[in-house]
Amino acid sequence: MAIEHADVLRAAHLARVGLSENEATGYVDDLSRILKMVDQLQAVDTQDITPLAHPLDATQRLRPDEVTEHSQRERFQACAPAVTDGLYLVPRVVE
Amino acid sequence: MMQWETVIGLEVHVQLATQSKIFSGASTAFGAEPNTQACAVDLGMPGVLPVLNENAVAMAVKFGLAVDADIPETSLFERKNYFYPDLPKGYQTSQMAQPIVGPGKVEITLDDGSTRSVRIHHAHLEEDAGKSLHEDYHGMTGIDLNRSGTPLLEIVSEPDMRSAKEAVAYIKALHAIVTYLGISDGNMAEGSMRCDVNVSVRPKGQAAFGTRAEIKNVNSFRFVEKAIAFEVERQVELIEDGGEVIQETRLFDPERDETRGMRTKEEANDYRYFPCPDLLPVTLDSAYVDHQRARMPELPSEKRHRFENQLGLSAYDAGVLASSRAMAEYFEAVKETCDDAKQAANWVQGELSANLNRESLEIGNSPVTAEQLGGLIRRVMDDTISGKAAKQVFQALWDGEADTADAIIEARGLKQVTDTDAIEGMIDQVIADSPVQVTQYREADETKRGKMIGYFVGQVMKASRGTANPQQVNSLLKQKLDDA
Repeated sequence: MAIEHADVLRAAHLARVGLSENEATGYVDDLSRILKMVDQLQAVDTQDITPLAHPLDATQRLRPDEVTEHSQRERFQACAPAVTDGLYLVPRVVE
Repeated sequence: MMQWETVIGLEVHVQLATQSKIFSGASTAFGAEPNTQACAVDLGMPGVLPVLNENAVAMAVKFGLAVDADIPETSLFERKNYFYPDLPKGYQTSQMAQPIVGPGKVEITLDDGSTRSVRIHHAHLEEDAGKSLHEDYHGMTGIDLNRSGTPLLEIVSEPDMRSAKEAVAYIKALHAIVTYLGISDGNMAEGSMRCDVNVSVRPKGQAAFGTRAEIKNVNSFRFVEKAIAFEVERQVELIEDGGEVIQETRLFDPERDETRGMRTKEEANDYRYFPCPDLLPVTLDSAYVDHQRARMPELPSEKRHRFENQLGLSAYDAGVLASSRAMAEYFEAVKETCDDAKQAANWVQGELSANLNRESLEIGNSPVTAEQLGGLIRRVMDDTISGKAAKQVFQALWDGEADTADAIIEARGLKQVTDTDAIEGMIDQVIADSPVQVTQYREADETKRGKMIGYFVGQVMKASRGTANPQQVNSLLKQKLDDA
């Protein structure tokens, strides 16, 4: 699978990563090499193998349904750039 | 003229009634001060780890069992990635490839009493996002993350519905199931059930589906019906005018009764799902599933069949009474007190429902309790009061005049006179006072007498101020008038 300049810019935009044109060109080469390795992996016959969801051979522990956390709003909001009436403020979202 | 067929599939998000969030120990209570129920996990602070709530799993499994679904042994959580300010982690923890509930089916009941089956594609667990408040905060948007991390069960149907009415019946059936199971309060006004509706049209007889539009966040039974009606008309008109339906997300505007396309960026739907490395696969063995199965309450369809087969109610009555948990519980409590299912059914669906509708009350807020109504019915059945007096007593109970039917019957002197001597005395008096009518009656044909006796019954009832037992009056009158 070949990767192009536009693919890198699109992936960067989806992840909200700022890239200059030069950096993007560099990533086209880097990512192409990674994809080449993936192509090699793709060639392996995995038909009878269940996809691995997690590298640890363990299952999820469950917790009882109890309220154990209490408001620490002041502490959490101490590092927020802007708050009002208990709300976090963010640049206006236009719907 | 082309005949069109509507095809509808629904995604229903049900807010689960857990005490704490799906991945954290913060409270899910509704209506708290902004951000007082958003802990470090909900805020996506660095270094935190989610731990899955056992009760959310149990509720999802119960739902699966209620719709006859497969419960796979392993399910997985994945990350659905997108950027929005009310999603602080930059992804929603959800399920896609291996959801907790597999394919199942729901039985829906239409207005004419007929039933149909709607297939469930799957149901999966996920976390809710926070809320964005777009009122003006110094030109900024306010974010409340109390709702973030609240457990949701998203129930995805197959495109099996063919009309708005079927879609509404399906949502009502789901609503009944989740409230019977007690896994959600089902409060649509508070957002406990939210629907996305997929609608497409195709020429009747065509096998392939048309292109669908997805209508987001339709939040009441009535809006579902209206949004679908509008969307079907829009699509049919568009196609008949030579246009083409495009696959898009639309919003329903209840004020203007229409759906509108949302401006979407082209990559908006590129969610780049991948397994969440913070959560291990969830394994549910058959012992766990059996344990949940053993704790299932009676479900709406089971209740309906029991009402019909064991209590002898009509299919229609059984369907209405089993349609909501609150209604069914009220009916069963009335039946328990008066020991007569048919009378209980008649009163709940008649006098009680009429009064509730008139004052727009839910049955849970009825001013007349099931015990009070049962007590009233008992007095009708043992002939203490007439059916007519019973309506008066009901109204007095509704108005809160007294705590029991007996107290009202006593206070208003509504006790039916069944003492033969007393009634005979009144009859003799009426006969003595109505010589003309008596002569006419006695000279009349046997066939006409039946009608003529009504006059005397009326007079006796009037003399007793409505407290005489009408059947008794009738037969005693007949004896006295016919004998002479």
